[in-house]
This record gives sequence, structure tokens and C-alpha cells, in this order.
Amino acid sequence: MILIVAEHSGGQLAKSTLEMVTAARESGREGPITVLVLGQGTADVATAAAGVADQVLVADLPALAQYNAELWAAATTQIAQEGEAHTVIIGGSRSGREFAPRVAVRLDAPYLEDAIGLKTSGEALQAQRYTYLARVTETVEAEAPVIVVSVKPGSFAPAQATGAAGEQYDVELDLPAPRVEVTGRSVEKSSRVALTEADVIVSGGRGVGSSENFTAYVEGLADRIGAGVGATRAVVDAGWRPYAEQVGQTGKTVQPKAYVALGVSGAVQHLSGMGKSKYIVAINKDAEAPIFKVADYGIVGDVNQIVPALIEAARK
Amino acid sequence: MKILTLVRQVPDAEARVKISGGHVDLEGATLVIDGMDEYGVEEALRLRESGAAVEEIVALAVGPKRVEDALRTALAMGVDRAIHVETEEKLDPIALSRIVAQVAQAEGAGLILVGGQEADWDSQALGAATAERLGWPQLTWTNELKVEGDALTGRHDVDDGNESFRATLPAVVTTQQGLNEPRYPTLPNIMKAKRKELRKDALDTYGAAPTVRVVSSEIQTRARLNKMIDGKDPQAAAAELLDLLRNEAKVIA
Ligand SMILES: Cc1cc2nc3c(=O)[nH]c(=O)nc-3n(C[C@H](O)[C@H](O)[C@H](O)COP(=O)(O)OP(=O)(O)OC[C@H]3O[C@@H](n4cnc5c(N)ncnc54)[C@H](O)[C@@H]3O)c2cc1C
Ligand SMILES: Cc1cc2nc3c(=O)[nH]c(=O)nc-3n(C[C@H](O)[C@H](O)[C@H](O)COP(=O)(O)OP(=O)(O)OC[C@H]3O[C@@H](n4cnc5c(N)ncnc54)[C@H](O)[C@@H]3O)c2cc1C
Repeated sequence: MILIVAEHSGGQLAKSTLEMVTAARESGREGPITVLVLGQGTADVATAAAGVADQVLVADLPALAQYNAELWAAATTQIAQEGEAHTVIIGGSRSGREFAPRVAVRLDAPYLEDAIGLKTSGEALQAQRYTYLARVTETVEAEAPVIVVSVKPGSFAPAQATGAAGEQYDVELDLPAPRVEVTGRSVEKSSRVALTEADVIVSGGRGVGSSENFTAYVEGLADRIGAGVGATRAVVDAGWRPYAEQVGQTGKTVQPKAYVALGVSGAVQHLSGMGKSKYIVAINKDAEAPIFKVADYGIVGDVNQIVPALIEAARK
Repeated sequence: MKILTLVRQVPDAEARVKISGGHVDLEGATLVIDGMDEYGVEEALRLRESGAAVEEIVALAVGPKRVEDALRTALAMGVDRAIHVETEEKLDPIALSRIVAQVAQAEGAGLILVGGQEADWDSQALGAATAERLGWPQLTWTNELKVEGDALTGRHDVDDGNESFRATLPAVVTTQQGLNEPRYPTLPNIMKAKRKELRKDALDTYGAAPTVRVVSSEIQTRARLNKMIDGKDPQAAAAELLDLLRNEAKVIA
């Protein structure tokens, strides 16, 4: 079987789980697509998963209320072994890429990390992934009785419900005691559409000028056209915006239909997070800014003048 | 406590990446110590300087002869000695973790510092894989670290924000930008580093073989429209851009 470890938050199945189902279907690996739901209060998550999977295994336990790498690795390994999974698919979130290598070591399996494409070639499973700041696409392969894969968010189309609902089963787990104690948590809440799910993103860089300008221009334009909000590292480091909005190598990777960059220079580390967007729009006062090299539409001008005009024009 | 800090050598971010024969060709690229690993080296030095009981700091690299340069940089920053497992073999993180775990055991390391994300491959796997082999806890994306006795406390980033944590050594910690500001090696320290021990090990003593094979690499460039609009008249430019987004790209309503 193909085992997918569901990602969910706030009692809802995450879009990344639907993407993993598509990855499983496209992989050419045989056997039922099985989604494992780990957590507490996961009834809705399991029901949503059953709409796209052949079967759903549910561990709805107080011990799993909070993600922990060792618990997730132990649970996933146990189910993979009991179910004789030949393919284990894990999300490419921070937490996914934290426990996936542990699962691979436990199963003595090769690990294909951060896949953007999956297919079968002979007996091997082939994955595509980006390297060198997403400038290079690499094809890697592994051949083994069981292979662990993590899937880059936003790389596969979300699976559509098939109409038939997969069976749900409760599973029992032998869980270790967690060894990392969480003594405090601060969650970065954003009331907007999640960056990785947005069709259009308006993003601001240092050229926007200030935290106040960011609110007026970047958020202002995003609100007007119904977009998500992104930022460069420079802006996050300056404390204008939360890390959750950072796009780039050390932030989020996004692939919206349109990415509108305001006062962003286009450093390679930023491009690696948004360079695969369908359309890229740049507004920058420096005609030589590297962002224009990857832009479909560019305006050479001052954001202080262009953006208010855009917000005004978008009213019509 | 002994600290093991991992060091990789990567092309400079601005380096031109070429493909020849279906594989990345680094000929002529400037190679540097991975920035994420510099944070690890720096953090080890700071832990010692802040009074934690650090007996020794050892840097480890696996790779071809040239990665010696990255180890020399770590030595010049202040690491006590270095181990170089010399090989031309391209090992994936799961295979590499076998080596790291064995070295950690042989050295009796209590803390391993690993770059949180590769500057080149973007891999985040080695820290977790090593922790699993050793049966240790791991903390990833660490912004803040304190060691008192065998208590490890600090803060790290998680999917939706950040967490403060407490764990007990031994442990694996992976770094993140912002953990510290790595120091530049001074000339006297660069000279001194030349006399520090840099041990060479052969790969075959570790029994690590690749499990993932690179089939091919290609540079994909997407042709962009590159339509430039003059911004001298902001209203006209805004109207033109909106028209293109609505009627040509059809990405907004
Ligand atoms: C290991 C590492 C990881 C990194 N990860 C990331 C990452 O994940 N994401 C990221 O974004 N960066 C990352 N960076 C940082 C990256 O290298 C750049 O420093 C950063 O992206 C620059 O942000 P910026 O474009 O906002 O600022 P700048 O480079 O300062 O650019 C500002 C731009 O605004 C323009 N401008 C100024 N005033 C105006 C105006 N009035 N109107 C219009 N345009 C104006 C300027 O011409 C300039 O092009 C990373 C760096 C390293 C070393
Ligand atoms: C510029 C460049 C050239 C390369 N050329 C060769 C080559 O010619 N021949 C070859 O065999 N391999 C080569 N490699 C591969 C490289 O040495 C590693 O084997 C490979 O990158 C490991 O996979 P990973 O980076 O995904 O490891 P991950 O598990 O993602 O590693 C994460 C962290 O692990 C540590 N780490 C990773 N790799 C090593 C290592 N090798 N030594 C010590 N610590 C490490 C670092 O702290 C790193 O930040 C090259 C890599 C780079 C960047």
C-alpha cells in the first residue's frame, strides 16, 4: 500500500494532503492509497480524507494533540510496517521534513526529499526536485522494498473527491514518551488566505519604505484584489512583517497564478521561493533590478506613486 | 561535553550554475563553507565562551579533497580539530547520517550541530536522520540555544510560529539564520589553524553507501513576457497593468 501521513490544522484537512494523494496517484506505485491521520479531535479530517483515499487509518489520541517528531516517526513507522507499505508519503512542511528522515532510518529506506514530481521507472521510484536555489531541476531515483518521500507543497494539483468514501479504521499505536518539552508557543496568525494556497500574492520588499507603507500599499492592494500577502527576508528582519509571510529559500515556496512584487530587488534567495509563479509582476524604481529579468509585466517607477494609483484603478 | 559540528562546502549563492553531461558542473565556481554550518560552528564557540562545560569542539566533513578548505575555515574560526572523511562518492543524507552517527559515538559527542537547510540542495534531512540513528532527540530551525549541565533550552521555529523548548543532552540541533552572527577568522587564527589536527578517514571504514541516485539535472528557464511599462505617468501605468492582468493574463477579476 501507499501510506500518506495527513497534514491538518485547526481540525481541517490541509490542502497539502490532497496534493499528496495526487502525488500517490501519479507515482505509478500500486496498491490502495491509505491516509494515516494522527492527532486529537480529527473526525472531520478523517472524513475529508476518506473522500479522496481508498482507506483512512485514524489515531485520534490525547497523546497526539501536539506534533512531535519522535511520536510522528514512531507512529508512521509502525503503521508502515504493519500495513507493509512500499511507499510512505509525507508533507514537505517543516514538521514533515523533520520526521520523514527518522521514518526512513527506522524503515532502512531511501528518502526522496521535497519531490515536485513522482513517477515509476522500471522498478525504481523517480522523483524530481529543485536544487541550487531552484535553478536546477534534478531527477533522482531509488529502488528498495520501501521508499520514503516528502512532497513539496504546491507542486501537485489537489486531488478531487471521487464520490466513493474510503473505509475508516481506528488504529492502536505503541508510542514513546516525548523527550522535547514545549515550554511556550507563539503562533503567527494571519487572517488572510494562506500564502501557499493563494491564487494571487502581493509581496513587498524593503523598497516599500516602512511598516506603515507596507500596510497601506501591500495589504491595501492585496485586499483590493483578494490576494495573499508576502514579504522578503529584509522586511521580516526589519520587523515590519511576521516570518509567516516570508517568501524564499528560508521562507515559503509559493507558486501562485500571479505574484506581484513591490519594491523587491529579486535576490536569488527570494527568487527560489517564487520563481515558479505563473505570472510575475514587478514594480521597482530601479530599471536594472534583477526582479525585472523574471518579470512578465514590469513598471519602472516609485511604489509611493504607482501603488496608490493601482489601488484606485482596481476599484473600477 | 564534546560538540560535533558539521561542515559542508557549497557554491557561493551568486555562482553561475552550469550543466554538463546532464550533471551540475561546479568548475570555476567559488566554493565556500555553507552559511548554515557557519551558524553551527559559531554557536559551538559561543556555548564554550558563555561558560558551558565544553571540553572540545570537533568539525566533521564528508566529501572530496577540496572540502578541506571548509574545514580549515572552521578551524580558523576556533574549532579545536577536524575530521575529514574523504570520498568522491555523492552520499545522500540518509547514508551520510551513518557516518555522522559513528563519528559522534567514537568521539563521545553530547551535542551535534548541523546546518538547518543546505544552501545548495535545500535538504533538511541530515540532522533528523542522525538523531534517529543515535536515538537522540533533535531540535530543528533553532534561533536560540542555552546549555546548562545537560539541560538544553531555547527557541525554534515550527510550522505556524515558534516554540520554546527544554530537552536533555545528548541531542542534535539544526541551525537557522538569525541564531548568531558568525565571526570572521582573523589572520593569526588562520595561521594557527594550519597547525591544528585535520584527521583523514577513509569512507570504507564507515560502511555508508548511497541509497539515492541522481539520474539527471537540467536548468529550466521559463520564458517570461518581459513587458515593461513606463511609470512616469502613474495613472496610465496602473491602468495598463490592470488591463494586462485582467484581459491578457486573466489572473484577477
Ligand atoms: C542564507 C540566506 C537565506 C535567505 N533567504 C531569504 C528568503 O527566504 N527570502 C528573501 O526574501 N530573502 C532571503 N535572503 C535575503 C536576500 O539575499 C535579500 O537580501 C533579500 O531578499 C532582499 O530583500 P528586498 O528585495 O526587500 O530588499 P533590497 O534588496 O534592499 O531591495 C529593495 C528594492 O526596492 C527598490 N526600491 C527602493 N525604493 C523604492 C521605491 N520607492 N519604489 C520602488 N522600488 C523601490 C530598490 O530598487 C531595490 O531593488 C536570504 C539570504 C541568505 C544569505
Ligand atoms: C558544491 C557541492 C559540490 C559537491 N560535490 C560533490 C562531489 O564532488 N562529490 C561528492 O561525493 N559529493 C559532492 N557533493 C555532495 C555533498 O558533499 C553531500 O554529500 C551532499 O550534499 C549531502 O546531501 P545533503 O546536502 O542533502 O545532506 P543534508 O542531510 O541535507 O545535510 C544537512 C547538513 O548536514 C551537514 N552535512 C551534509 N553533508 C555533509 C558533508 N558532506 N560533510 C559534513 N557535513 C555534512 C551539514 O551541516 C549540512 O548543512 C557536493 C555538494 C556541494 C554543495
